[in-house]
Amino acid sequence: MKNTDKKRVLREMLFARRFEERCYEAYVERNIGGFLHLYPGEEACAFGVLEAAQPGHDYVITSYRDHVHAIKSGSDPRHIMAELFARETGVSKGRGGSMHIFDVAHRFMGGYALVGGPFPLAAGIAKGIQMQGGDEICICFLGDAANNQGTFHESLNMAALWKLPVLYVCENNLYGIGTRIDRSTAVVDQYQRVSAYNIPSAQEDGQDFDLVNRAATKAIKHVRSGKGPYFLELMTYRYRGHSMSDSNAYRAKTEERMWSGRDPVIMLRDRLIEAGELTLDEYKDMDTDLLDEIEDEVIRFATESPEPNIADVEKYVLAENDPWVKGGVQS
Amino acid sequence: MTEIMFWEAIMRAHDEEMANDPMVIAMGEDIGVVGGTYKATLGLYEKYGEQRVIDTPISENGYTGLGIGASFLGVRPIIEIMSVNFAWLAMDQIFNTAAKVRYMSGGQLQAPIVVRSPGGTAHQLGSQHSARMEKVFMGIAGLRVVTPSSPRQAYGLLKSAVRCNDPVFINEHELMYNMKGEVPDEEYFHPLEGSEIAREGRDVTLFGYNISVHWCLQAAALLSKHHGIEAEVIDLYTLSPLDREGIRNSVSKTHRAVIVEEAEPAVGVGAEVMAIINEECFFELDAAPVRVSALNVPIPYNHAMEKAALPDANDVVAAVRKIFGI
Repeated sequence: MKNTDKKRVLREMLFARRFEERCYEAYVERNIGGFLHLYPGEEACAFGVLEAAQPGHDYVITSYRDHVHAIKSGSDPRHIMAELFARETGVSKGRGGSMHIFDVAHRFMGGYALVGGPFPLAAGIAKGIQMQGGDEICICFLGDAANNQGTFHESLNMAALWKLPVLYVCENNLYGIGTRIDRSTAVVDQYQRVSAYNIPSAQEDGQDFDLVNRAATKAIKHVRSGKGPYFLELMTYRYRGHSMSDSNAYRAKTEERMWSGRDPVIMLRDRLIEAGELTLDEYKDMDTDLLDEIEDEVIRFATESPEPNIADVEKYVLAENDPWVKGGVQS
Repeated sequence: MTEIMFWEAIMRAHDEEMANDPMVIAMGEDIGVVGGTYKATLGLYEKYGEQRVIDTPISENGYTGLGIGASFLGVRPIIEIMSVNFAWLAMDQIFNTAAKVRYMSGGQLQAPIVVRSPGGTAHQLGSQHSARMEKVFMGIAGLRVVTPSSPRQAYGLLKSAVRCNDPVFINEHELMYNMKGEVPDEEYFHPLEGSEIAREGRDVTLFGYNISVHWCLQAAALLSKHHGIEAEVIDLYTLSPLDREGIRNSVSKTHRAVIVEEAEPAVGVGAEVMAIINEECFFELDAAPVRVSALNVPIPYNHAMEKAALPDANDVVAAVRKIFGI
């Protein structure tokens, strides 16, 4: 990847970081309700993988920690913030919320709140791709704790059996809510677990954008060539608790400091500075611009957007005026 | 009209819909090479191939979720779950994804899947193969539930369900696959909402669905012959949404109601129909509605005990006689 592209990626990653931090503030201000799961610390995973893919062409599906994956898939951040603010202009029209970001026009197939729920959905999307005969792939991002659900095993088995074009990306942040992986999981290295299904896999440093991007390029080449699924494990860390209702008291400060010393945004920034592509002042200006953009465009749009009409509360439960409910048009 | 068996009607609906639309697929355990436990997909594997007639692993939640994901891209999966008892394992994907995805995506996605599964109690299959689960499915917003009582309905409901853009659960019955009945020779799409008058009457309404429609019809014949009571039988082939208008119209005519369900009474079809009668036509009633249900027990293996746990036509007759005080 060219350095000019990396500079663009740095800007996008920093935007995602500031977006999520602003979500935290908006939650404290009570403009965002319900559950809120934030992504800071894990940015190199989504950006490293999706830079190697074709966002908007390839399908992406993930869990409830979904804002950043949607943004990188092409969603307008203003409409994502409006969703978090529960507005009609939200990507899911204020019906979904933080855990249910959907933007089908950009082939972002949703955030789902049941841990492990998207595993079979991703395999099914891949089955749909296979039937349509296109060159798209489905990329499914889930955390390490999802791998202890039955859907993990059931879906990997079928994906391998039927050679479905699906890339499973495991964002291993070492904790399932508040339980450390070695206290919940017999095999800690997740990439080893898929060998039971003859699925090729790799483990990579999830804090280093370049390494993630390289590993994802290889993985995506495999999946797109019709050879079946691939499993990529990325070692990463979330800076905040599992959700806003998590006190985050279960992790040692030394551990947190160790990981924040390997911040994915700072690592990419310093690499560009070393290469002479960026100065620290330029970076600070970029940061100021992004903070202004989030405040002036994203937050403003969400704040000024209307709430959904209460009269529409029963809309979208079932299809509207589906002729087959009445037995169709009799021929 | 041609008389065919229930399983043949389902197979014909599959065949026509798969011929009509290359995105229609069938999935389930043993449905391909074997042709289906109840033959409902017999011959389709040979005709449409393994990409469209898929023998799945025994992973109910996994393959149901796979079908749902495929339906996001316009695939129309007809998913057979071999026994409704196994559908418990797929509840996560049916309830959490299929029934909710249209709503929580603000109308962007839909999951037009069909899940077919035999519920009901057959002969001595034991507690874990005798569940009646229609009550569970019909309580979930975003899901349609239909349940055929005849080959004609089985054929026409499946055809409409495949084309409908909502997820549809079709509750079949293990004892009914060899039942014979007339099915139109021309293509026929049965409505997914409403109810049918299976027998006209004036004195009492017997509400049934799926197998209990037949118990109601047997009971109506006995009541007419021995007691001069002319019962109307309403076939509730749609359990969600229940046909409020059909329920109101019949009770307004007969002023008495008995609801007959194969399941345990709590939180069931009987309870729901009674609630609708209360809401729609309470002042039309000449007697308190009665439900005839199974006992509140897991189904026993012993055949005599199994029979004792389930209602039949005689129980329906007894309930009606009690209403009339005869």
